Amino acid sequence: MSKIESALFDLSGLDALALQQSPIHRLDPRAKVLTALAFAITVVSFGKYDLTGPLPLLAYPVVLIVLGDLPPGYLLGKLIIASPFALVVGVFNPLLDRAALTQLGPLNVSGGWISFGSILLRFGLTLLAALILIATTGFNAVCLALTRLRVPRVLTVQLMLLYRYIFVLTGEGARMVRAWSLRAVSERRMPSRIFSSLAGQLLLRALDRAQRIHMAMLSRGFEGEIRPIRPLRLGAADAAFALAWTGFFVLVRFYNIPRLLGRLVTGIAQ
Amino acid sequence: MHMADALISPAVGATMWAAAGGLIVYSAHRLKAELDERKVPLMGVLGAFVFAAQMINFTIPATGSSGHIGGGIILSILLGPDAALITIASILTVQALFFADGGLLALGCNIINIGFFPCFVAYPLIFRKIVDDRLTRGRILAGSVASVVVGLQLGALAVVLETVGSGISELPFKAFVLLMQPIHLAIGCVEGLITSAVVSFVWKARPEILEMATLAGPGTGRSTKKFLASLAAVTILLAGFLSWFASSRPDGLEWSIERAAGKSELAEAPHGLAAALGRVQNMTAFLPDYDFRQSQKPAGRGVAAAAPAAAPAVNVGTSVAGLVGTALTLGLVALVSVILKTRTQDRAARQNPFARS
Repeated sequence: MSKIESALFDLSGLDALALQQSPIHRLDPRAKVLTALAFAITVVSFGKYDLTGPLPLLAYPVVLIVLGDLPPGYLLGKLIIASPFALVVGVFNPLLDRAALTQLGPLNVSGGWISFGSILLRFGLTLLAALILIATTGFNAVCLALTRLRVPRVLTVQLMLLYRYIFVLTGEGARMVRAWSLRAVSERRMPSRIFSSLAGQLLLRALDRAQRIHMAMLSRGFEGEIRPIRPLRLGAADAAFALAWTGFFVLVRFYNIPRLLGRLVTGIAQ
Repeated sequence: MHMADALISPAVGATMWAAAGGLIVYSAHRLKAELDERKVPLMGVLGAFVFAAQMINFTIPATGSSGHIGGGIILSILLGPDAALITIASILTVQALFFADGGLLALGCNIINIGFFPCFVAYPLIFRKIVDDRLTRGRILAGSVASVVVGLQLGALAVVLETVGSGISELPFKAFVLLMQPIHLAIGCVEGLITSAVVSFVWKARPEILEMATLAGPGTGRSTKKFLASLAAVTILLAGFLSWFASSRPDGLEWSIERAAGKSELAEAPHGLAAALGRVQNMTAFLPDYDFRQSQKPAGRGVAAAAPAAAPAVNVGTSVAGLVGTALTLGLVALVSVILKTRTQDRAARQNPFARS
């Protein structure tokens, strides 16, 4: 089943971007994690009829994509794949909220359309921030940063192990599915009866594997935690990065920059 | 069923983050006290198993549509509720970061919806009560279906409450509930059957695994109940506090924004392109105030037609200014990106003449 393999490829592709060298990649992971969080909070704190206010925040993903040398098309593609839920729930807004809020020439624009647009904008901005965080930092470095930020170690170790074994077990699952499909030429999709014994088999293999891994870890001196080789160091550049962006977010939150710019140019002040 | 960042308000997101964070710290604490470090690799590998199993689609009998497996109950059976919750939280984090499923702020909601309800409500109160240390095929079937269905129903209800509570989406509570619950009832039945089939398979092939897991912690049920009560109290407290905080706060925020914006309006009044755009504004006859935050929402939905005529504060031109400003902002962002791009490329070319241009 090529779908599983392409999903795996996708997963590793995003993390592989973190191996690049760029000013953004060199920053301390903690600075990037905190900035991404501040960004997400700023985005969702805007009112639901505010479409122009959050627009300047686009600068954050755009600047990071450019400075971090990330492929924009690839990231946008991931966004589009993930969009259905927000789209499905958001699309009711134009239907339910029809009070006209503004006009564009002869066109009445209802509040529903504006809040729908705002949902899409929020969706795009927040998810882009998450994808960029991984693509510029790498998953293990994010886990390391989380440990340093006092997230329980049980969770961060679990995240690292999960990430490590997703590839192993998904590969195993993909091979099992392929073996089945080669023997069941006429079936297009797997019947649930087959699926449950296949999943059970995969589960048994997973349990055995966990036991082997545990023994291997014990023989290497494992005692409940994973120690990073690379120490983290917060420098001036990291602090500047986090503070400058947070300052920008606060500025954007309190001043509607597109409106001020528009007034400046059109010369229409109250 | 993943909640999305786009649909939640900061108050709801923060409340759920606090609840999920507290839950994770609590579970991590209990796991540490348990001192069973065999579970560390087991959790990692089983989390990966759920991930892998979710990628395999199968046909739902009689419908022909495809479904996938949910992991909360299976993980609780094999690991116990604490480790299962942490494992689900880790799966959701990976999905949020890599597949853009949900988002950073909605992660708290998702951990509660997808992790808490199956692991801490459905598993101890339903599965354990039905299976009750005596494993039979029928009990596994009944326990799995009932607990998966209940877990999913509660999770779906939580999605509705979080969405409606945030007020970003216009969907009314009743319609959304009527949409979500039946869909998740159907999904729950299928998932429950599959869960029971997988668990029975493991039980038949390797009975000792299940027997060990189900007999391991008879005491967990009781302390979970006590914990549930305290968690409910904390959540209600938090929700009350945050909602009060959130409802009083925006007014203050709006007020300060208005003041700030009002000041800066007076500050800049260059009469540049005004003449040309003045005609455009006269043509666009009626422009209600652009500041939607202030005007909240026009009172009734039915009075849409009457609303423009009734709007008192006519601020001609803010709409045009808004559009021009939007275009300018986007242009500025694009300009910055182009400048940065050329600069980084120049530097790359200087450092490495063979780099891609």
